[in-house]
Amino acid sequence: MRGEVIRRVRGGIAALVLVGLVVAPWVVDDYTTAILSRTLALALVGVSVALLTGVAGMPTLGQTAPYAAGAYACAVVGSRVSDVGVVQLAVAAAAGALLAALTVPLVVHARGVIVLMITLAIGELVVIVLGRWRSVTGGTDGLAGIPAVRPFWGLPALADDQARYLYALVVVATLVGAVLVLLRTRAGLVLRAGRDDETRLRASGHRVALHLSGAHIAAGAIAGAAGSLLVVAQQYISPADFGFDTSALLLLGVVIGGTASVGGALVGAALVIAVRDWLFGVLPGHAPLVLGALFVATVYLLPTGVNRARGRLRPPGAPALQPDQPALHEQATVAELHR
Amino acid sequence: MIAVAAGTNRIDPYLIPALDGVAYGLLVFVAASGLVFCFGVANILNLAHGLLYAIGGYTAAALLDGGWASLALALAVGVLAAAAAGVLLAGLLTPVATGNHLSQALLTFGVALAGGSLLVAGFGPDNPQVQVPAALEGSVLVAGHRYAAYRLVFIVVAAVLAAALYLVVRRTRAGMLVRAAVDDPEMVACLGVSPARIRAGVLAAAGALAGAAGVLGAPIIGPGTGTADTVLLLSLVVVVLGGLGSMAGTLLAALAIGEIQTLGVALLPSAAPFLLFAAMAAVLAVRARGLAGRWRAA
Repeated sequence: MRGEVIRRVRGGIAALVLVGLVVAPWVVDDYTTAILSRTLALALVGVSVALLTGVAGMPTLGQTAPYAAGAYACAVVGSRVSDVGVVQLAVAAAAGALLAALTVPLVVHARGVIVLMITLAIGELVVIVLGRWRSVTGGTDGLAGIPAVRPFWGLPALADDQARYLYALVVVATLVGAVLVLLRTRAGLVLRAGRDDETRLRASGHRVALHLSGAHIAAGAIAGAAGSLLVVAQQYISPADFGFDTSALLLLGVVIGGTASVGGALVGAALVIAVRDWLFGVLPGHAPLVLGALFVATVYLLPTGVNRARGRLRPPGAPALQPDQPALHEQATVAELHR
Repeated sequence: MIAVAAGTNRIDPYLIPALDGVAYGLLVFVAASGLVFCFGVANILNLAHGLLYAIGGYTAAALLDGGWASLALALAVGVLAAAAAGVLLAGLLTPVATGNHLSQALLTFGVALAGGSLLVAGFGPDNPQVQVPAALEGSVLVAGHRYAAYRLVFIVVAAVLAAALYLVVRRTRAGMLVRAAVDDPEMVACLGVSPARIRAGVLAAAGALAGAAGVLGAPIIGPGTGTADTVLLLSLVVVVLGGLGSMAGTLLAALAIGEIQTLGVALLPSAAPFLLFAAMAAVLAVRARGLAGRWRAA
């Protein structure tokens, strides 16, 4: 009964938010619309972070790497090959997936804090490469003057901020829908079960590493597609868009949203990015100070925000935060798989 | 060095970059060993580690005036300030549940962000100049090449520091405790050593090491807005390459990174951006399973 009410309320809120997002560009000014488009792109990266951190149990600080790969691939294709959005999206997603596939051997055998560390190193190294590989990436100056995108062959180019925003919204909604459907399949169940009790899943003959690799590549593709949206939103990219602070902000957003929840990741990431943009607007000199303090405060205020990802993050033998409920939940996921 | 056999002429132009690589590598070693302690002993991904180095660097820039006394003062102040920052970090981390890596990482990132902002507010946004002691300002002849005297002395000092670190970890009770905490933290806790105290001690030691590296290394990786990120990244790559098992592994990894950043860039300028990446990928791909096994146990 109570679950039913909560589900309805949640559905109602989601519908309201969606309606609000659709009408937003006619309510706010062009500048805010452009900012919103970029926030949508980052929220989509947040979804990929949630997929890895919460669902697969691989906490990541490196999703900016496929995000950047997608963005630069899209920028290069957009300037030299095609201005069709679908093509750019496909290329960007492929670039993100390719980078993720290349880094699979680095992360798939690691767990917990080691994944955080390796992914962080990957993300930072990608930023360094972007800054130095001038012939393709334009170095630290970035790439500018990327022509306006047309969503599909024969459609007009997206000339104003409203159109670009709606394009981003449609792409994000489609991809998030696809992720939600995917998580309901058996593959999603295996991922969650692997997060909760890897040994048991391994013992019952499931190839956990294979599923994790798949999740990593899928998350890379999503982040790559988000990179394409960033190019559409900004029509300019530079290595500064993909820094370590972006990864940390997204991870914070995902933690606020409840790590394993895709919707929560969208809202959390959007919220955190909005707060950052707002802070840098009102406090030009001291924004990082306030932002850092907010990080610390959030960690204190949300001590249970990381519960769901706890399975892998806990060192062997350390006491659980809440011994009863999550243990039951873990068993439930694994048992569901075995039914 | 395979090229040695080919005659001195072939290796001659690469001698100075190679020497630079040793200096760079030893600097990265001292900075990274603090992170290894944090990681191996306290099991914390300390994203504020670069900040601790930057504190040392800014201290050096502010206090060094060309005399030996100022160097000693800067070293003392830098080490103490960075160690104090480490203890502060440990204090902030106390309420966060042990093993809650996401929260720990986010908290240390927040501290890094705020601390970096405070450093910029205090010392200005420009990269400050660092004045080395006047006696070391010149250059000396190394095999017919001029080489900065400070770097040569730095190599010696850092090597001494590394040896001292080795002796402390291997031969003292504190070092024994640290090694025991890496192997079996619960057993150490059972023996009556408070994990909170170990964590505070380790973060203080990490701060002291990073601070010392920051002061002494200021003429090599100077203080500036990007310093913290650079040092954190290099230290992370050292941990990834060297693992957490042995100090020798850390040292080798740090020297390899130093050579990649200097000699590698001199030998293969076009591939320079990818070298660090390739090294990490190669090492991890070769020993991924062994490394992961060790880490999972750690």
